[in-house]
Parts: sequence; structure tokens; C-alpha cells
Amino acid sequence: MRALCWVGAGELAVRQVPDPELRNGHDVIVRVRQSATCGGDLPLLAGRVPFLAVGDVLGHEFLGEVVEVGPQVRRHRIGDRVVVCASVACGSCWYCRRDLPSCCDNGSADPAVAEAAWGHPTGGAFGQPRAMGGFAGSHAEYVRVPYADVGAFTVPEPVSDDRALFASDAAPAGWMGADLGQVRPGDVVAVWGAGAVGQLAARAARLLGAERVIVVDAEEERLRMAERHAGAETIDHRFADVTAELRERTGGRGADVCVEAVGAAWNGHGPRSLAERFSGGAERPAAVREAVHACRKGGSVFLLGEFTGFVDSFPLGAVTNKGLTVRGARQHGQRYIPMLLERMARDELRTEHLATHRLPLERGAQAYALFRDRADGCVRAVLSPDLRPADG
Amino acid sequence: MAGRGRMGRLAGTAGVALALATAGRVLAVRRRGSAWPRAAGADPRPGRWQVVTVDRAPGEVLPGGRWPEPLRRLGAAVQVELRPAPGCRGTELAARPVPGAAAPAGLAAHLVGDDPGLLVRRALRETKQLAETGEVLRADRWPADRAPGSPR
Repeated sequence: MRALCWVGAGELAVRQVPDPELRNGHDVIVRVRQSATCGGDLPLLAGRVPFLAVGDVLGHEFLGEVVEVGPQVRRHRIGDRVVVCASVACGSCWYCRRDLPSCCDNGSADPAVAEAAWGHPTGGAFGQPRAMGGFAGSHAEYVRVPYADVGAFTVPEPVSDDRALFASDAAPAGWMGADLGQVRPGDVVAVWGAGAVGQLAARAARLLGAERVIVVDAEEERLRMAERHAGAETIDHRFADVTAELRERTGGRGADVCVEAVGAAWNGHGPRSLAERFSGGAERPAAVREAVHACRKGGSVFLLGEFTGFVDSFPLGAVTNKGLTVRGARQHGQRYIPMLLERMARDELRTEHLATHRLPLERGAQAYALFRDRADGCVRAVLSPDLRPADG
Repeated sequence: MAGRGRMGRLAGTAGVALALATAGRVLAVRRRGSAWPRAAGADPRPGRWQVVTVDRAPGEVLPGGRWPEPLRRLGAAVQVELRPAPGCRGTELAARPVPGAAAPAGLAAHLVGDDPGLLVRRALRETKQLAETGEVLRADRWPADRAPGSPR
């Protein structure tokens, strides 16, 4: 089959690779219809994540059709149209049974690296280095989906592929930021980042009853999208003192809930050196610092960003002196996707506008260049193996 | 073995511990919150216990009182104990290499190099997965794994 493979720092190529196989009884094989670029891929693409190997297939946000079913699968049949959660979880361990599936004990085929990096095993994910889970990515014609009864969801008939695609990752991530950030009716919520996750976090905050939602970004077109599709006010980071602006707009209190959703692209630093990458040199999370300062006393800061290691210059004193709750997570998609698909079916949650560019798989390298550089107003580039190379 | 001797005392005095006969060896079910026994005797630095918490009752972790396959493979090279986890979190399953036991051989040795603790950890993890999900999760096979003669 064809797949978009990492071939070196900043380099991608479409190659022929073997088709995936059923490896466990709970697996299905999905023929991919759509697969989206994501900010979480950028550190991988740039070669910032150790263990990524030449030939590894990227991509984790996808939708497609079931074409093969393992003997233990109960909820899916060949032909089902499914959106697949970007993270892999068993559904049976203590964490999964408590609605924390991205913390799953059994979601990774090789948790040794996670144990060393984070102290404990974490759930798996598609399109990560082999040493960090063991599941190939979705920028391919076919993908193996482990624990399919838990992580693949049949898309209701009224919901289009273009809309359901983002139920895989961006929508549950955004929803989780608002939900676990504990947005309450009447709250003022500030969201850093107007990419797909930030916009959907803003929309989620609205649906959970926030009275005002303020989105911060440095891209004019993204900010206009957040106003139009999420009903948010906006602050252009390039022209404003964000902390002062938020204080002014919130009567001096600060935002009740702050959601950091800037992904990997906007953390106040340039490319890291080889020495930094392998020695765990610190990152500088500018948006997190700003969120902590802008949050009201006793408020909540939720971190969705893809931090690959350590950070410094973190304003810990503000956390204690202001009594903040700081929480983060990789998205718990299995917890939210059924509800999100229902909201999509009711038209409460629209996501089609996020796919600003649609390209055939063969133009994957171009798609990532557009996405990484935010060129041509790109919010998300969506790849389809069904499109011909001349399309898109 | 010193550790087993202490388990025997605990079984006799605490009144809550249960010893299971498993394939010719004694496996201790310890009281909740009790300390994992320290080895005494010749080796003052025994291997550290590797422990996983399995979200199942002890009887489901070791069905029929038998060691599940991932642990059985290690034979007499490891000491295994379990106890109920606090807060209805299932069972804490612990294992450690027996000091002086023969090192793993064959494929096992190839997989873990010279670190028996790694092999024990993997066996515990697989035992946990079997109890919780019914299978051991396998990674995708990468192109290099699919060379003729490579294991599936």
C-alpha cells in the first residue's frame, strides 16, 4: 500500500509499505478515507522526537471504512464507516474504567520509553515512533486499529466524513480542555491558540455555558474563524499586551478558566539543538506562562499542548499564591467521541471549515509544509488516499 | 528461601493471608498493605520487586491458582507474590529475580540482554494485560520484521 513516511528531519515521502495485518483478536483494519495533519506531528516531522525511524508512517486523526475484523470484535462489521480515536486504549483497565483512557495501562505495545520518560506507561497512539507505542500512522491506505470496540466509532448517517473526521482528535481534545478545565455557566474562558483544537475548545466552552470566550492567537484568519464559528471574542497576540487586555476585559478578575491549545508551534522558541533534544533541554512555554498570569485567583488552567519534555521559567509562585488548579492531559477521546458525534448530527458542532486544504496522499509533504508554515491560511490539511495526485 | 519462610509466618499469624499451591511452588497472597518481604541471608542486595496493579480480583489474576503463561515462562528464576490493592483497585502483583537463579536463555535472553529486571517487568505487564483484556497487545509488524523467517 501507499503511505506517507518520515525520511529525515523535515522530509516526507510517499512509499510502498506492506499492508497492515490483524495482530490481536480485537483489531480491525480500516481503509482510510481522510487523515488530517495535526500540530502533534510537527515535533516528529522536525526530528525533535528521538526514536522516530526512517520509514515510520505519520498521522493519527482519521476516518475510514472497516475492511477486516478480528475474531473478538463485537461492535463492528466490514463496511462500517468509522472515526477512530487518535489514542489507543483497552477500555478495561482501572484508568479506562474511570474515563481516563489516554492514561490506559494497556494501550501501548511497548511502554518502556513512556515509563522512562514519564514514570508510568501511558496509552498508545497512532503514528508515533515504534518505541513509543508500536502503531503505524494513518497517512496511508490502510491502518490497523487495536481494541476496535473501544476506539473505533460508527459515524451516524447524517454526519459527513468532512465533519466526523475531527471527532478523532481535535474535537475531543478541545472538549476535554473545557470540560476538565471545569467551565461553568457564566464563566469567562480564555483560550490560547485558534487552530482546530483551540477553536473547538472555544466552541465547547460556549456549549458548556460560558458567558464569554476570548481566543488569543497571532493569525488574523484563524481569529476571524474563532469569531465566526465559535462565537468568541479575540485578541491578536501581535498587537496586544494579552495579560493586560484580559484583565481589562474581565473587570480586573482574570479569566475563570484558561485553556492552552497552541500545540507545538508556538512556545516561544526556535528549533532545538541536537544537544537539547537528547539531553532533555528545557522548552519555554510562553503561552502557559501567560495563561497562569491571566487566570483569576482560584481559577483553572488546562494544558493541551504537546510538550515533549521539560519546561523552565514556569511561574510556579503564581500557581500557589493565586490558588490555581493546573491540569493537563492527552485527549481522552473514547470518553467524548459518542457525545461529539451526536452533537455533530444535531448541527451543534461544525468542523468542516477547519479542513482548509484537501490533498491527495501523494502531496503529503506539501500538505505538511502548508500546515507547518500556516501558509495560505492553512488550519488543517486533510489527506485522502482516494484523491488522484492531480487533484487537490 | 528466606522470603517464603516469612510468608509462611505471615500466613500463620495474620489470619488473612492465603497460600496457593501452584505447579509445585508456593505463591503467597499477602495481607493488604503489608510490605513485600526483603530477602535475607547471603545476598544483602536482592533484586528490587517489580510490581503492577491489576484491576481484577486475585482469583482472576491467577485463574485456578496457576501462574499465567508470561510468568510461567520464567520458571523458578523469579519469586512472585500478590496482595489485594487498597481502595478496591484490584490486585498488586509483584515479582523479582531470585538471587543466584540461572539467567534467562534463548529468545528471552536476546530480548532483555543482561537485565533480568526488564524481563520480569515485561512478564508482569503481559500478565496484567491478559487478566484485564484477555490478550497481550502486539505491535504492528514493521517492514524489517517481515523478512522471510522472522517471527510473526
